[in-house]
Amino acid sequence: MNKQLSKNGQDSCIPLVREIAERHASRQGPLLPILHSVQDELGYIPNVAVPVIAEVLNLSRAEIHGVITFYHFFRDAPPGKQTLYLCRAEACQAMGARKLEEYAKEKLGVDFHETTSDGRFSLEPVYCLGNCACSPAVMIDDFVYGRVTPERFDSLIDED
Amino acid sequence: MSKGKVNVFVPSDTAARSLGSEDVALSIEKVALDLGKSVAIVRNGSRGLAWLEPLVEVEVDGKRHAYGPISKDDVEGLFAVGFLEGGKHPKGLGPTEQLSYLSNQSRLTFSRVGIIDPLSLNAYQKHGGYEGLRNALEMSCEEIVDVVTESGLRGRGGAAFPTGIKWHTVLRADGEQKYVTCNADEGDSGTFADRLIMESDPFVLIEGMTIAGLAVKATQGYIYLRTEYPLAIQVMNSAIQIAKSEGLLGDDVMGSGKTFNLEVREAAGAYICGEETSMLESLEGKRGIIRYRPPLPAIKGLFGSPTIVNNVITLATVPIILAKGAQHYKEYGSGRSRGTLTVQLAGNIKRGGLVEIGFGKTLRELLEDFGGGTATGRPIRAVQAGGPLGAYVHPSQFDAPLDYEAFAEFGAMIGHGGLVVFDDTVDMAEQARFAMEFCAVESCGKCTPCRIGAVRGVEVIDRILDGIDESGNLVLLSELCDTMIAGSLCALGGMAPFPVQSVIKHFPEDLRARK
Ligand SMILES: Cc1cc2nc3c(=O)[nH]c(=O)nc-3n(C[C@H](O)[C@H](O)[C@H](O)COP(=O)(O)O)c2cc1C
Ligand code: SF4
Ligand code: FES
Repeated sequence: MNKQLSKNGQDSCIPLVREIAERHASRQGPLLPILHSVQDELGYIPNVAVPVIAEVLNLSRAEIHGVITFYHFFRDAPPGKQTLYLCRAEACQAMGARKLEEYAKEKLGVDFHETTSDGRFSLEPVYCLGNCACSPAVMIDDFVYGRVTPERFDSLIDED
Repeated sequence: MSKGKVNVFVPSDTAARSLGSEDVALSIEKVALDLGKSVAIVRNGSRGLAWLEPLVEVEVDGKRHAYGPISKDDVEGLFAVGFLEGGKHPKGLGPTEQLSYLSNQSRLTFSRVGIIDPLSLNAYQKHGGYEGLRNALEMSCEEIVDVVTESGLRGRGGAAFPTGIKWHTVLRADGEQKYVTCNADEGDSGTFADRLIMESDPFVLIEGMTIAGLAVKATQGYIYLRTEYPLAIQVMNSAIQIAKSEGLLGDDVMGSGKTFNLEVREAAGAYICGEETSMLESLEGKRGIIRYRPPLPAIKGLFGSPTIVNNVITLATVPIILAKGAQHYKEYGSGRSRGTLTVQLAGNIKRGGLVEIGFGKTLRELLEDFGGGTATGRPIRAVQAGGPLGAYVHPSQFDAPLDYEAFAEFGAMIGHGGLVVFDDTVDMAEQARFAMEFCAVESCGKCTPCRIGAVRGVEVIDRILDGIDESGNLVLLSELCDTMIAGSLCALGGMAPFPVQSVIKHFPEDLRARK
């Protein structure tokens, strides 16, 4: 989740998307691995990727689009520099996740699925990170943090 | 484990890391260097004693001593008291194996968890790994399936279906290609047993799936692993690479001439894809829409072929059954619930973590003896058992034994073994509302009672809380629950009303107009 593309730069990713799609095409059930790979490389799945993947897999654009929209994890717009996943599920609720959610939204000035105006963070809800004995839990990109109080939240986003 | 060096174990699973174990490891290395002490840092998984993480262990005369929870600021102090020789420290806990939280458990599936370096195949084999597969290679398919059936093992993913019977169906089904799929979507809040075993003892899952493959003549396996578990994905992938290069996977498993290949497939954040037919759709690269049944996945599963779908814990339990025999496993447990249950104590609990015990202990024993009550020190008001589709259990029910049938008797379920504890500050109306909200967010959309019903459920609860026709809307809420239960195709819509009904029944005082 690193590189980002501006709108007019989107077309430039087509060769890469084609290369990724072709690399996985011979696997069984290649679509999810392709979408993950594209999102890993570009940070999101740009609209221009859809017809390319459709062509390589010999599927309709509507099918590809349907899959992308079905899964919460795939996004069709570029994220912020880092993605902050806030756990909203029960074990985290039991330790104050609702308050933390309010605090985080207020602090970052965004709602879920939005990116801060400085482009540093995208905020996403998540339903369990498997850290339920050390709740509330937050994941920043690939790293999970436990027992996140509002104070700890501040120190996490003020880091680096 | 080099000579002359003291082995220091610093856990590396997600929970330990989430509380700073990476910094602790770095700090131990640095201080040891400064003081000229010779230490070998072993990154084990985690013992699953989450409340003590980061739990550092030192091996003294072959015995491991525990210190925890350790932060990086404690490290100099540990060296100062001579922890490398087992020195006394306020955070010293004594010999790890004697911690009552551990010694009161029966760790079978989790026997190596937290003890070994997860990616050390050598350590895995030293601790009994691959004995099960070695035995299985001497047996016929039918014999393997019979041992699993005889052990009484039932699916740990939620539905508790007898594993051996499922395997028998797949073995008998016609098909050139068969598959073993592992459901590692672990979507239930309050559960982390799958994650813990994948991060701490990945070879046991590989071995279990390989045995399953041999049992039903399947040559390809897939682990459908949730994207919210980046570390588990990384560890499983590394372990698969190692197993391949050591001839434990591939075209000639352990020199037997038998084939079994294995691959991790990353999920994409949809709770419904933990339901087995939705998972199969997703593995095929489609939207995770529920399939009608029949046909059963065992007969027509992945790409239309006979397929085993089992949970991580189910498959990870198979090696010890094949290694020690059905009888050994079966001796644990109660009634028709045989073997061990991996309970996960989560939420507002003082001593949260993983507890593997024979079925039959009471909820109270788990919550009090292991859990020590709430983390906040307040009384427990409710416990959600069995994930987001499970009922909220009232303290008056805490003497129920943990056993599939006993739980079903009072409308609750054990599911994947998660217990989420709430203290008396919880607003049970909010919990009921969340159950409906979650169902609305995660519905696959195939049937109306679930897709529309869940959205209506949220609205009706909001109206009750807003004081709009309270009694009328309470009746409506009950009817809505009944409609969803009766008319939904799968258990998401069919069970999401359970937590709501439990709130109506046991916590009616919260479902009232506010202000
Ligand atoms: C909505 C829903 C979500 C589920 N999520 C999971 C899951 O995350 N992991 C799992 O193993 N089983 C899950 N199940 C149960 C599976 O459908 C299936 O019963 C299980 O994977 C079979 O394996 P087992 O027999 O070893 O338990 C879910 C079921 C439903 C209805
Ligand atoms: S109950 Fe819900 S999740 Fe299940 S099939 Fe129907 S719409 Fe899909
Ligand atoms: S419920 Fe938040 S990590 Fe599991």
